[in-house]
Amino acid sequence: MNILSTDICIIGAGPVGLFAVFEAGLLKMRCHVVDALAQTGGQLSEIYPKKPIYDIPGYPEVLAGDLVKNLEKQIEPFKPTFTLGERVERFTRLDDGSFIVYTVAGTEISCKIIVIAAGLGSFEPRKPAIEHLALYEGKGVNYMILDPEKFRDQRVVIAGGGDSALDWTIFLANVAKEVTLVHRGTTFRGVPESAEKVQHLAEAGKIKLLLKSNVVGVSGEDKLEAVTISFNNEEDIIQETDYFIPLFGLTPKLGPLEDWDLELQDGAIVVNTFDYSTSIEGVYAIGDINTYPGKLKLILCGFHEAALMAQSAYKYIYPDKKYTLKYTTVNGVPTL
Amino acid sequence: MNDIKIYVQEPSGDNTPVDAPTDMGLSLMEVLKASGYPIAATCGGMALCATCHIEVLSDHELPAPSDDEGYMLDSLPAVTDNSRLSCQVRLTPELDELVIKLGAGD
Repeated sequence: MNILSTDICIIGAGPVGLFAVFEAGLLKMRCHVVDALAQTGGQLSEIYPKKPIYDIPGYPEVLAGDLVKNLEKQIEPFKPTFTLGERVERFTRLDDGSFIVYTVAGTEISCKIIVIAAGLGSFEPRKPAIEHLALYEGKGVNYMILDPEKFRDQRVVIAGGGDSALDWTIFLANVAKEVTLVHRGTTFRGVPESAEKVQHLAEAGKIKLLLKSNVVGVSGEDKLEAVTISFNNEEDIIQETDYFIPLFGLTPKLGPLEDWDLELQDGAIVVNTFDYSTSIEGVYAIGDINTYPGKLKLILCGFHEAALMAQSAYKYIYPDKKYTLKYTTVNGVPTL
Repeated sequence: MNDIKIYVQEPSGDNTPVDAPTDMGLSLMEVLKASGYPIAATCGGMALCATCHIEVLSDHELPAPSDDEGYMLDSLPAVTDNSRLSCQVRLTPELDELVIKLGAGD
């Protein structure tokens, strides 16, 4: 178990969460950032890294991925720490008013302030609508591949038509005993080289490729033993397998924060626009995850919210300290 | 006024008419969202997230999906041959009386 200590725990490493590190850093508050994804940048890295953004002040045009890189550079002087690839599950408040934030992997972050910058929630795998699928999660059904060695000499059925389905089919062809790729379409529109490679592997008999097909059922006693495949949209075939890996990409889900006793409205956290504080003292929400009259889901609005949040957080942590706003033009960027 | 009517088939089977202007460069996703349908449109209309997935029920001939849209549809678990991303469907007079239903939104 990891126990970390910081001033502010920021949930969400998207652009607004990253910029919050900067605004907090100007006030010499340390930040730890947690994100369910393995990389920083949130939607910008996960969904549209190569898309240009035109409404960031001072940038006539900037690629989403480059904006994330620049934000990382901008916050470097404040030496933020990160827990990536772990979703926050819950937090508790201690008697002294501070918080402990718990991640799904058992990491604990002790902090004075929580800032929720979770965008549309955490990115989670899309799950196909197959009856009883959830029963076999962790018992043969996996939605992502963390350790490919797990599949060595095993029988694997992969479903999906995107790049990750193609890439893992190619990779596991040399690892697993038997790989079957099930795809509802007749062609693949992902990276052409990958699609070609999969075709070649199928022709060479190294993998089984089932097109115009869907996995429609799962079965097994205590663990997954077989999947039912609607083949060619005509006949159902039952295929014995050790693993079923549906790879249909990631989609944001509100997830556990629904149960954090925060005031919510249409899936967003209600905040006070004075300082973007939530209904729980010491907990703030900034960026796409919050709502208030006139809310605009824009990166630039999230940046503004981060600045006001940091001022309020500072006063919350140091109620007796006198504070006047300092401009970065006067003293440059301070360090912690 | 260049309004057309789109019909949204509700889970009950009833069709709800939605007025949609064709002279404002809107996508079907934008009109559905503005009409209160629960469409997240996470990516904002770039065919990158599939939260605006719909199924076309009438026999209108829509322009074929672009590669981006086709790729995203290919990677979804619950699509049919009539599935589209509504953010990629531009509202034109030809789509008058189009009948759709909301697809699996994620």
